[in-house]
Amino acid sequence: MGSTAKNNLKALLYLLPAVLFLGVFMVYPLIDVFVYSFEEGYNSASQTSFGIGGFNYSYVLHDPYFLQALKNTLILVAITVPTSTILSLLISLGLNTITKLKELFQTIYFLPYVTNTLAVGLVFMILFKKTAYTDGMINFLIKAFGGNSVDFIEGPYWAKMMVLCIYTVWIVMPFKVLVLTSSLASVNPVYYSAARVDGTPPHRIFFRITLPMISPMIFYLVITGFIGAFKAYSDAVALFGTDLNVAEMNTIVGYVYDMLYGDSGGYPSYASAAAIILFAIVLTITVINMLVRNRRLRYVE
Amino acid sequence: MKVVLENLTKKFPSRDKKHPEDVIAVKDFDYTVKDGTLVGLLGPSGCGKSTTLNLISGLEKPTVGKIYFGDDDVTKIPPENRGIGLVFQNYALYPHLTVRQNILFPLQNLKGKDKMTKQAMETAALNVAKLVQIENLMERRPAELSGGQQQRVAIARALVKMPKVLLLDEPLSNLDARLRLQTREEIRRIQKETKITTIFVTHDQEEAMSICDEIVVMKDGVVHQTGAPQSVYDDPKNLFVAKFLGMPQINVFEGEVKAGKLVIGKEEVLDVKGVRDGKVYVGIRPEGFKPADDGAFSAELERVEILGRDISVICKSDLSQSGMIRAIVSSENLIDTTKSTVSFNLNPSKVFLFDDKSEERLF
Repeated sequence: MGSTAKNNLKALLYLLPAVLFLGVFMVYPLIDVFVYSFEEGYNSASQTSFGIGGFNYSYVLHDPYFLQALKNTLILVAITVPTSTILSLLISLGLNTITKLKELFQTIYFLPYVTNTLAVGLVFMILFKKTAYTDGMINFLIKAFGGNSVDFIEGPYWAKMMVLCIYTVWIVMPFKVLVLTSSLASVNPVYYSAARVDGTPPHRIFFRITLPMISPMIFYLVITGFIGAFKAYSDAVALFGTDLNVAEMNTIVGYVYDMLYGDSGGYPSYASAAAIILFAIVLTITVINMLVRNRRLRYVE
Repeated sequence: MKVVLENLTKKFPSRDKKHPEDVIAVKDFDYTVKDGTLVGLLGPSGCGKSTTLNLISGLEKPTVGKIYFGDDDVTKIPPENRGIGLVFQNYALYPHLTVRQNILFPLQNLKGKDKMTKQAMETAALNVAKLVQIENLMERRPAELSGGQQQRVAIARALVKMPKVLLLDEPLSNLDARLRLQTREEIRRIQKETKITTIFVTHDQEEAMSICDEIVVMKDGVVHQTGAPQSVYDDPKNLFVAKFLGMPQINVFEGEVKAGKLVIGKEEVLDVKGVRDGKVYVGIRPEGFKPADDGAFSAELERVEILGRDISVICKSDLSQSGMIRAIVSSENLIDTTKSTVSFNLNPSKVFLFDDKSEERLF
C-alpha cells in the first residue's frame, strides 16, 4: 500500500517537467483561446470585454478576408496533399528500383527539407517574378514556346495559386519521399518473389501487394499532410510578401496572424474565433481519416 | 514431369574485398528427378540446397549448366512461365488478403487462353483447399491462422495452378515438433494424391528419409550422394554422408587395417578382406553392435537407457571421435549393468571403412 503510493508519487515527479511544460505552453493557451473566442471585443490591454456570445464567429464567418483565406486554404489542401503524396510515391518507387547513384538522388530529393523557406522563396521569385529587367525564368520558357507571359506573383488569381501549390508540393515532398522510400524498402522481398513465380504483372504487384503493404505509411502522410497544409502561412509570405489580404493569397493561419499583429490587427477575439474554426476543421478531417484508416487497415499488421 | 539438372553451377560474386574470388554455391550438379516422385535436397546450412531450389524455380540464373522440365530446356525461361509452384520457408502469404484471396491470386494472373471464369477460379480454389483441408478457413487472414494452417494455405496457393513441379523450401522448419511430424505426412499424402513431381529442401535428415522417394545429400555446393533413403543410409559413399544420415549418429573411430583385419585400439574386431593396409576411419551404426560375452569389441560401460522396444547402451571410449559409443540393441539382450565393461560382436553390414585422407568409402 505504502509502496504503491510512493511509486505513484515517484511517477508524478518524473512526469512533472513534461506536465508543467505542456500545461503552460499548450493546455493553458488552448483553453484561453477558446475563452477569448466567445468574449466580444476583448481588449488585451485592459483585459476587459463587452460580453459573452457567438458574435466573434459570426463576424469572422462574414468577413470577406476570412472567406478568401478559407477558400485559399481549402484549394491548397485539396491540390497539394494528393499531388505531393502521389508524386512522392512515384519518386520513391523510382529510387527503389535504381541501384546506381541512389544515394545521390536521395540527397537531391531531400535538399528542400533542409533549405530555409525564405531562401526557397527567393528561388521561386527568380523563377516566377516579373521585374523591370526580366519576366522570370518560367515566362522566358513560355515565350520561347510562343506563349504569352503571365505575372505569376502579382497577376491573376489562378497563376498565384498555381505558384503557391507548386511551392508547397516542392517543400513537403522530401519528407514524404524519405518516409515512403524506407517503407518500400521494408516490404519483405519474398512477397515479390512469390508474386513473380505466380506471373503477376507489375501493375498488379503494385496495386495488390506493394500499395496495401505500405498503406499505413501513406495514411500517416496524408493525415500529417492535411494538417500541415491547413497550417500553411510562411510559404505564402515567402512568395507574396506580408500583405496577403491585398494579394488575395491569405491563408487561415495568415488571417489569424493579421488579426493579432497585422496592420488591421489588435483583435484577439476574432483571431481566436478563426483559430478555433481551423481547429474544428482539422479535427474533423483527421477523425474522418482515422475512421477510414481503421476500416481499411484492420487486418494489416 | 521429370526434372533434369545438367552440370548446374552457380557462382556468386564475392562481397569480401580480401577474398575477391567468386563464392561457388552449387557446383556441377547432375541429377534427374523422376516423374511423379518426391525428392529431398538434404544438407547442412550453407550447402547450396536452397540455391539449387532457386535455380530450378528460375528465381536465380545458373552460371553454367542446363535445366530441363521433361524434354523442354527451361534454363532461360523466367519463373512465371515454368509452370512451377513454390512454397517459401516463411510461407510469404499476403497478410492483407484472406486465405481465399491468397489462393485465388495466382489464378487471377492468368492471361490469354489460360484465363479462367470467376466461377472456375472459385471451384479450383475450393478443390485445392479441400485437398489440404483448409476449406473452413477460407475467409480468415494469415495472421489469424496457426503455423501449420499457414503452411497448408501456402501449399494450396502453390498447387492451385496445377504446377508441373512443386518446390518447397524448408517447408517444416517453422513448425513445432508435433506439427512437423503431422505436416510431413500431409506433404507426402498431397504429393501422392496429386502425383506432382515435388522437390523439397531440408536440413533435417529424418524429415527427408521418412517421406522421400529419393534424397540428394549435399555439402559445400557439391552433391555427395543420391538415391533412395534406405540405400544411401545402408551404403554411404563417404564419411560425411555416413555421419549426416542416421539418428542417433554413427559412431566414428580411428582404426587401422592390418593384413585384412580391422584393428580398433588393440583389438582385432572384424575381418575386412581386400582392404589396403593402413589407417582408416571406422563408422559403426548404433544398431551394428551385438552384445556377446566373448565379443571382439569391448568398451567401458557408462549407462543403459531403456527405450521400450530397444535399449541404448552407452559406453565411454577414447577411441571414438566423440568420446562415447552409442549402441542400440534389442531389449531381448540383457545387459549386465553390474559389470564395468561390455563386449560386442559387430555386424559387418553396419560397419563402414573410410580412407583417412580422402574420407571415401573403402569397405
